[in-house]
Amino acid sequence: MQNEKQLLTVKNLVKHFDISGGLLDQLAIQKRKIVRKRTIVKALNDISLEINAGETLGVVGESGCGKSTLARTVLCLYKPNSGEIYYKGNRIDGLNHKEMLPFRTKMQMIFQDPYASLNPRMTVTRTLEEPVLFHDRGLTSREVQQKVADVMEQVGVDPTWSDRYPHEFSGGQRQRISIARALMVDPEFVVADEPVSALDVSIQAQILNLLMEAQQKRGLTYMLITHDLSVVQYFATRVAVLYLGMLCEEAETAELFNAPRHPYTQALLAAIPKLGEKKAKYIKMKGEVPTPINLPSGCVFHGRCPFANERCEREVPSLQKQESRIIACHAVEEGRL
Amino acid sequence: MGHLLEVKDLKVTFALRFGDLTAIDGVSFTLDRKEKLGLVGESGAGKSVTGFSIINLISKPGFISEGKVIFEGLELQSLSDKDIRSIRGNRISMIFQDPMMTLNPVLTIGTQMIETVMAHKKVSKKEAAEIALEKLNKVYIPSPEKRLQQYPHECSGGMRQRIVIAIALLTDPSLIIADEPTTALDVTIQAGIMDLLIELCNTENMGLILITHDLAVVSQVTEKIAVMYAGKIIETGPTDLIVKKPRHPYTKGLIKSLPGAQQPGETLNQIPGMMPTLTDIPKGCAFHPRCEIHESVCTTKIPILQEAGQKDHLAACHLLHKTLEETNGAQSTPEQDN
Repeated sequence: MQNEKQLLTVKNLVKHFDISGGLLDQLAIQKRKIVRKRTIVKALNDISLEINAGETLGVVGESGCGKSTLARTVLCLYKPNSGEIYYKGNRIDGLNHKEMLPFRTKMQMIFQDPYASLNPRMTVTRTLEEPVLFHDRGLTSREVQQKVADVMEQVGVDPTWSDRYPHEFSGGQRQRISIARALMVDPEFVVADEPVSALDVSIQAQILNLLMEAQQKRGLTYMLITHDLSVVQYFATRVAVLYLGMLCEEAETAELFNAPRHPYTQALLAAIPKLGEKKAKYIKMKGEVPTPINLPSGCVFHGRCPFANERCEREVPSLQKQESRIIACHAVEEGRL
Repeated sequence: MGHLLEVKDLKVTFALRFGDLTAIDGVSFTLDRKEKLGLVGESGAGKSVTGFSIINLISKPGFISEGKVIFEGLELQSLSDKDIRSIRGNRISMIFQDPMMTLNPVLTIGTQMIETVMAHKKVSKKEAAEIALEKLNKVYIPSPEKRLQQYPHECSGGMRQRIVIAIALLTDPSLIIADEPTTALDVTIQAGIMDLLIELCNTENMGLILITHDLAVVSQVTEKIAVMYAGKIIETGPTDLIVKKPRHPYTKGLIKSLPGAQQPGETLNQIPGMMPTLTDIPKGCAFHPRCEIHESVCTTKIPILQEAGQKDHLAACHLLHKTLEETNGAQSTPEQDN
């Protein structure tokens, strides 16, 4: 069942967060009776994905759609409520800390804010050494030092600055250092959560080039989480569009951008401002994104969808495979769209 | 009758312990009613300081050291604190980036709106509420009567920004300064807010200054663009020209470095290095250490804005003759695949 090419497979992943607080916070009075109420954020609902070795899967969606939760759950930083995660055919969800260790060196993460993700009290050397010392205890200290210098060189930070602290670097350089930290243990799979959103435009290009270069040299596989569709269009091999914790559509990048099928993907793509185009010809969506606490019945997008009918309100659309594309929409399935 | 707004050689200085720091240096532009100007640049370029200095909102230790801001024939720098208050928030309104920070979380939207109207106009509370309702309708807020009773946290991000825009409209201003109005919002919401701003400029006969780092947004909304770098306007002109035929090496680099200008998989054109901090701006042209084509003249002489081929298109670069050939040669930059 496991394809050779598949590096990571996610099946029916569900992640809910209970935010109802302590017992006393949960109690409420209804019709003169004390009832216990729970508030659950349904961040991920039944997500299935496959990532092939060497490719970049872009995950896009608006804020609150579960992009970052997906990133963390895939790496088992959050324990999924149900569903299965396979890494190279080995099931990794439910492993304990010790069993997880060998996989941790293979999977690394780059975070959004380089100001928050680096320890301000550690020098660059210490930040970079830490993952190596933690994982392979076999290296001599000289080898570790050499490795720090090599990786710093690769990400374009002068190795002579290795004794400096994060505050001495600019935003772009800090992001280079956090990329270096992820590369220190020679991972195969890197999850980048909004790696360039905190950076200026001219610096963004530098970091994207760096990520691409690292991918070519090391054969990395990326999962790129971003809200910036132009970054995805440029960078990703395949794109998955999330809406309220559900997968709407997944396809090859060029295919998705040329001919989006799901009504939400269409609206999202039409909303991207494009350089030099006078007026946005965007598709107006009704209303706002509902909260993931009270998910709409049926298709989660039906309240804002111009093509929704009575069936969409009632029935959750299943993911259908159409050639190389996966899509969850009744209208597409029925041929109305 | 001149322009709605005329900014002339504006210079803002911050007097700090270690000496004076010039945040913006010799910024000039004009704006008419119904016209939309985009101020573009990276963080630290001086975009927001320019916006703030127009309405005299620069606080100590900063001050306007040179230049003039002329608004509807009035020179704003010479006005007293009391007089500027009849302009700021009244004739000129400002919209800020984060709507959650702009609105007071402990007051209802109605209270905040009525308060604003009554601060600027001699009206009764009932009349003020009517004005508030009218403006909420203008920004397409569904069931505005209900919204007036609600608190900011009960509204979504896009709704809040619409309310902030409605508050800006309360006094029927003739100029709106919007500082990164959609940076905190999602793209689908952003498109709606931008459409609203364009529409309001036309129906309400207002001028708009849009401050943003996003060239793509600016290119869709505005007629004019001014690109800022290290406190100076380095290129300005009609939006079409700036986007399609940029002449300053920085603008060119910025447009080329946008993902989307290239085919997927190609290396992005990157501008090496980063913007200098205001404490050590390089001698001569501030951009020369990052410029690919710089010559010895760039390291000594500060370039001034000069005509770059077409009317109203100005660029501050010594080597405009060089950048022209390139532009004609490779006219592929802003082409988009559709």
